[in-house]
Amino acid sequence: MSYSSLLILAAIGGFLAFRGFGAFKENGLGFITHAEWSSLVGDNGKEISSFGLGAMITGTLIISSIALVIGVPLSVLTALYLTFYAPERLRRLLVTVVDLMASFPSILYGIWGFIVLSPMATYWAKLIFKYLGWIPFLSVPTPAFDRSPFLAGIVLSIMIIPIVTSVSREIFAQTPLERIQAAYALGATRWGMIRAVALPFGASGVVGGAMLGLGRALGETVAVYSVLNIVFKINWHVLYGYGGNIASMIVQKFGEASFTEKKALLAAGFVLFVMTLLVNMVANTVVSRAVKSGK
Amino acid sequence: MTTASITAKSPVAPRKPWKATKAELIPVVGALALAAFLDVVVVAVTPMKGKLAYALLFFIFAAGLQMALKWRNLGRRAAIDSLAGSVAIAGAAIAFTPVLSLLATTVIKGAKGLYPGFFIHDMSVANYQSPLNQGGVVQAIVGTLYLIVLATAISLPLSVLTALYLTEIRGKASGFIQFLVQAMSGIPSVVAGIFIYSALLLTTSLRGSTIMAALALAILMIPTVTRTAQEVLLLVPEDLREAGLALGATQWKTVATIVVPAARNGLITAVILGVARIAGETAPLLFTLGVSNKINWNPFSGGQSALPYYVWSGLGDGTELGIDRAWSGILVLLMLVLTLFVVARIFGTRKVKIK
Repeated sequence: MSYSSLLILAAIGGFLAFRGFGAFKENGLGFITHAEWSSLVGDNGKEISSFGLGAMITGTLIISSIALVIGVPLSVLTALYLTFYAPERLRRLLVTVVDLMASFPSILYGIWGFIVLSPMATYWAKLIFKYLGWIPFLSVPTPAFDRSPFLAGIVLSIMIIPIVTSVSREIFAQTPLERIQAAYALGATRWGMIRAVALPFGASGVVGGAMLGLGRALGETVAVYSVLNIVFKINWHVLYGYGGNIASMIVQKFGEASFTEKKALLAAGFVLFVMTLLVNMVANTVVSRAVKSGK
Repeated sequence: MTTASITAKSPVAPRKPWKATKAELIPVVGALALAAFLDVVVVAVTPMKGKLAYALLFFIFAAGLQMALKWRNLGRRAAIDSLAGSVAIAGAAIAFTPVLSLLATTVIKGAKGLYPGFFIHDMSVANYQSPLNQGGVVQAIVGTLYLIVLATAISLPLSVLTALYLTEIRGKASGFIQFLVQAMSGIPSVVAGIFIYSALLLTTSLRGSTIMAALALAILMIPTVTRTAQEVLLLVPEDLREAGLALGATQWKTVATIVVPAARNGLITAVILGVARIAGETAPLLFTLGVSNKINWNPFSGGQSALPYYVWSGLGDGTELGIDRAWSGILVLLMLVLTLFVVARIFGTRKVKIK
């Protein structure tokens, strides 16, 4: 019975690879690198199709990186605040809130991102463009800021804050008391103690937590679908109004896909599965090592 | 009793030398007030405007003034320490703001579409553009309950047995299984959905139904339940196991009659956390659930509805009324998740009971 997890993982990988095999064979390496995704029925009734995930893979990486850039510093600060600054009662309350945040359904983040955050993010994007537009990836070809990778990245950053915060907090809380007291005894201020003791001690745990967050960000579907304008073109301008994400593109295309296209989508699912699996495996190894060394 | 004299109120107030005295608090509060004042003035005078400017400037002024204060009284290192503290507080404040906004908007926007009939009617006569006093989510609630029960029934035996293997049997493969369970917890929900689709629906005559969606959800539920169950099983004192074995019970008997009952509350928590994990999942349902606008009592055939799916359709509908319906749906879903969360807390904080 305990091997059920192996069985399930193998079955997922196996079935998706098996069903998607046709798409891999037909498009070769282009399935990963090409940005075009089209399926047309030609004059002779034969299906002409070309499937490439390039735009979606870059898009997924871009919005996940935005999520990490925004989410990880906030999470580390929150974890530091919760461990070393917050009064006991407030800390208990906020730790519960972090757990609660993790249990919010992703569609809630999606609808909130679409209705509440979207106008704000567009405004922020305009501000960033106005003052930092000279940086290549912060520029835009035309002023269209709606439904951009930037917005999707912010939504994802909020969604990964709970996991990154709780992993970091757990590590910081394990900082050996005698080292903390030694730092204070040597005359360190609270910040001096954090910099000299807590941060070096917790660094690997924070990295692991960030990678778990990355794993979550890579596979997020519904929230991204709700806020991102999915277009099959590689877009490096993070503030500009279109982007991509493998998971949500599968949802977008699936409804009216032909049999061949469905198989290609299953192949896309396989790519996503492998990506998240690798990230999570590395992350879990890092975290469990960090936790063990802390004991 | 002798303790009475100790618990009686002492006439002397306990001293708390670490607490700031009033004299020490005045400059701190004063600095904050001054920061707020400067904030308003600067926003009024300069072209900067909006909530963003208020928040940013207030942080700069407040942190700067506190820093200056510390620098004057205690020197440079204290000033840097004060700045670090301000940054940590600001970071935490930014991280927690979305929670408030999420909860507040859901309650405010969701309450608009709530009326008693919302919990009684289905969507067979109303559609997403009907006025908000028609139609409801009863079919979605039934669907979600079905999904929860079925997914739990599928995942619970697998999860608990895996957890028992990892904590009780501790076989050679424990490390490997542990690794797999962790890897499984990272499966994106959409992958679980398309897996069931590709394995059971793509080339067969089967159509989306409750049981298909429950299978997909079970995949997501197993790792959560296994890991929590494992944690609570580890909390069961080793003495109990030794006592069972010493009385001549087999390992199986010890586990079944002593360890599992002792960890009962914790196992319930594990299931509830697993349910909370899947109750709001939307992506797998899109591939496996089919569609239904009225209650479908048969979990093995025919489409079904579910709360996340109701929200998804409302959002996809895109009209103002559709989105209002989606908010009401998400409010119901959120209440369900919050209830599960609170119940899990209550069970989780009870200690392991030994009768």
